Amino acid sequence: MVSSTGLTLKNIKKSYGKTDVLHGIDLEIALGEFIVFVGPSGCGKSTLLRMIAGLEEITSGDLFIEGAHVNDLPAAMRGIAMVFQSYALYPHMTVYDNMAFAMRIAKEDKATIDQRVNSAAEMLQLTDYLYRLPKALSGGQRQRVAIGRAIVRNPKVFLFDEPLSNLDASLRVQTRIEIANLKETMKQTTMIYVTHDQVEAMTLADRIVVLSAGNIEQVGTPLELYSKPANLFVAQFIGSPAMNIFTVKVLQTGKVTRIKTQNKNVFDIPISSAAQIKEQTITIGVRPEDFCLADKESCMLSGEIVFIESLGEVTLLHLNSSESTDPLVVKLPGIINKQKGEMICLKTELDKTHLFDEQGISLLYQV
Amino acid sequence: MANNKFSSGLMLSLRQLRRSPLMIVVHLSVLFLVILWTFPTAGLLISSFRDKDQLAVSGWWQSLSSSEQNIIGRTSAPDQQVLLDGKYVLSGTIEGFALQDTILRFGWTSKQPEAYQVNTIASMKNAGTLTVSSDGQYTMTSLVPFTGSRGKRVFYTQLTSPKFTLDNYVEVLNSEGIGQSFINSLTVTIPATIIPILIAAFAAYALSWMRLPGRGLLIALVVGLLVVPLQMSLIPLLQLYNTIGSYFGVSAKTYFGIWLAHTGFGLPLAIYLLRNYIAGLPKEIIESARVDGANDFEIFVKIILPLSFPALASFAIFQFLWVWNDLLVATVFLGNGEHELVLTGRLRELLGSRGGNWEILTASAFVSIAVPLTVFFTLQRYLVRGLLSGSVK
Repeated sequence: MVSSTGLTLKNIKKSYGKTDVLHGIDLEIALGEFIVFVGPSGCGKSTLLRMIAGLEEITSGDLFIEGAHVNDLPAAMRGIAMVFQSYALYPHMTVYDNMAFAMRIAKEDKATIDQRVNSAAEMLQLTDYLYRLPKALSGGQRQRVAIGRAIVRNPKVFLFDEPLSNLDASLRVQTRIEIANLKETMKQTTMIYVTHDQVEAMTLADRIVVLSAGNIEQVGTPLELYSKPANLFVAQFIGSPAMNIFTVKVLQTGKVTRIKTQNKNVFDIPISSAAQIKEQTITIGVRPEDFCLADKESCMLSGEIVFIESLGEVTLLHLNSSESTDPLVVKLPGIINKQKGEMICLKTELDKTHLFDEQGISLLYQV
Repeated sequence: MANNKFSSGLMLSLRQLRRSPLMIVVHLSVLFLVILWTFPTAGLLISSFRDKDQLAVSGWWQSLSSSEQNIIGRTSAPDQQVLLDGKYVLSGTIEGFALQDTILRFGWTSKQPEAYQVNTIASMKNAGTLTVSSDGQYTMTSLVPFTGSRGKRVFYTQLTSPKFTLDNYVEVLNSEGIGQSFINSLTVTIPATIIPILIAAFAAYALSWMRLPGRGLLIALVVGLLVVPLQMSLIPLLQLYNTIGSYFGVSAKTYFGIWLAHTGFGLPLAIYLLRNYIAGLPKEIIESARVDGANDFEIFVKIILPLSFPALASFAIFQFLWVWNDLLVATVFLGNGEHELVLTGRLRELLGSRGGNWEILTASAFVSIAVPLTVFFTLQRYLVRGLLSGSVK
């Protein structure tokens, strides 16, 4: 039992005075799992992480780490290690002392400290820099020291608070790979990673937790979130550019849902729906990459190009269409030879669309 | 620092200078300020090393040129006389004459001490003669034997070459009591600097990083205390000391008392300065240490203290200078005895009793300046920027 769960959150709430920041978070995290918290800024993901770390008090609810109730345990006793967004290295200590700090506080013997610091340094390619001060290191090296400082403690839970947001783009990719490798070498360590960058979330996570305004919107593997978003928020948050949204009317429910668009076009979408949403106004979503160009006969949707972003590998077309009040975005592979102002026809495979009811809940999750 | 700024300012091209007239004003003001304090200090320093007789007749700016001096010397004792050609002769170098000096004129009575040029023959009573050469050699003859136990007096005017000496310091440190007062001052100042720093650093950490009820009120109280003049509290405090002193049967004026007084007077500023600095340290460093298992005391000792050196040093300089130069608190809370009188008090006494003896006043003044200067130059290297660089982005 102890070995299977890494972390259990039961109805965790946080409020500052009368302002509720987190409204009851329930989450099970398996041992050794890599969990990423994503969400827009202000959604409470960092607060949640800091509560797990013990840096913020838990207003109510229960937190278990490997089965032990740790609500009132100070940060140091929870068996966690944390990597901060701003590195938070001790500026007056060398790299070695930075990494040895926690073990010295814990009164470990010198040989153990030495052995663990050296092996961590080797793993992070910091051996040559052990006796430098942080100010003599580059940003990437500093972040590696921060990671090393966490590794040497042999934590049960490894917490990352937006560790890559201070690095420049190329270093970010490199460090992301290092963190992915770290995950492979530390299989018994549960890792929780906070980010607002969905690429980091998609590439690193075993499971992603999408948070919004203090609530969990969906928990799932990266591809689950991409292909089966539970609600409109997740649908629009995951994937870039964001999913296109159309407001449509339901004509018929059942195994196939028949809908009518704003332009009175009728489509049969192979997603089953319950009878009570008949005649209701619902939302359908299509990802930009699920569209493709169509000829007149197969045209499902037409629009006028207002802006073209040519990225080489893909081309993003921004369209104004009478089907939707918001501009649409279409992602087409390769280089597309179209002009601004041109009218184009588009089609999509109907089984790749997503249906959301009036509350924004995906029909797939309503059985 | 100011000097560097100024010299680099001089190197600015004229065009740059023309571009900002304000810079010229700034540089001139800096120059003016530097001169303003450098000149008197240099004068004091030079004067304190000069010979006291030279100091009496010329200013420190003339200290490198020779000066004329009237001196009374003596021949060797009469038992050294020899009989030569029926005359009794005494000869040799005038006692007390320094070989590097030059004699210009001489004489043999106090009425006419400069009557004769060197190498001329002065006739004395009893058909005696006296010749003095510029290098201090003399020949004195007489028809009657010289009597008495001491040599005869010779008056001469000499051109004294500049003389620098440590004698003034030796004198003030030993016989004028400056040495003892120096130790007394240190006895007051060192604890009165260290105690408030210790208390204030703890307080500043608690007031910035520990959650305690009424923290804001406490900080406001400290800031409020900054503006209370210490003169206001002298009498109540002394009354309190008297009460406590008589209760325990000890004097109200003790070193311990003055340490506490200075600590109290220094604490508001110390807490205010240190809190502002410590509260500005990156939160993540402290949280990181907390995650690493450090308790508040370990965070304070291992993280906060080393990172607060600039603030600690600047307050240490403030407090040290203020206590070292203080006369008021020392007069009120410390006695006048040999083992209690501080340097400022001693200087005040010397001004009264030895006001004309410049060599003593200058040397004493410099002894009292030396310590603050040393403290400043030792601690100013901790006043560095960039101590936090590399920690957080």
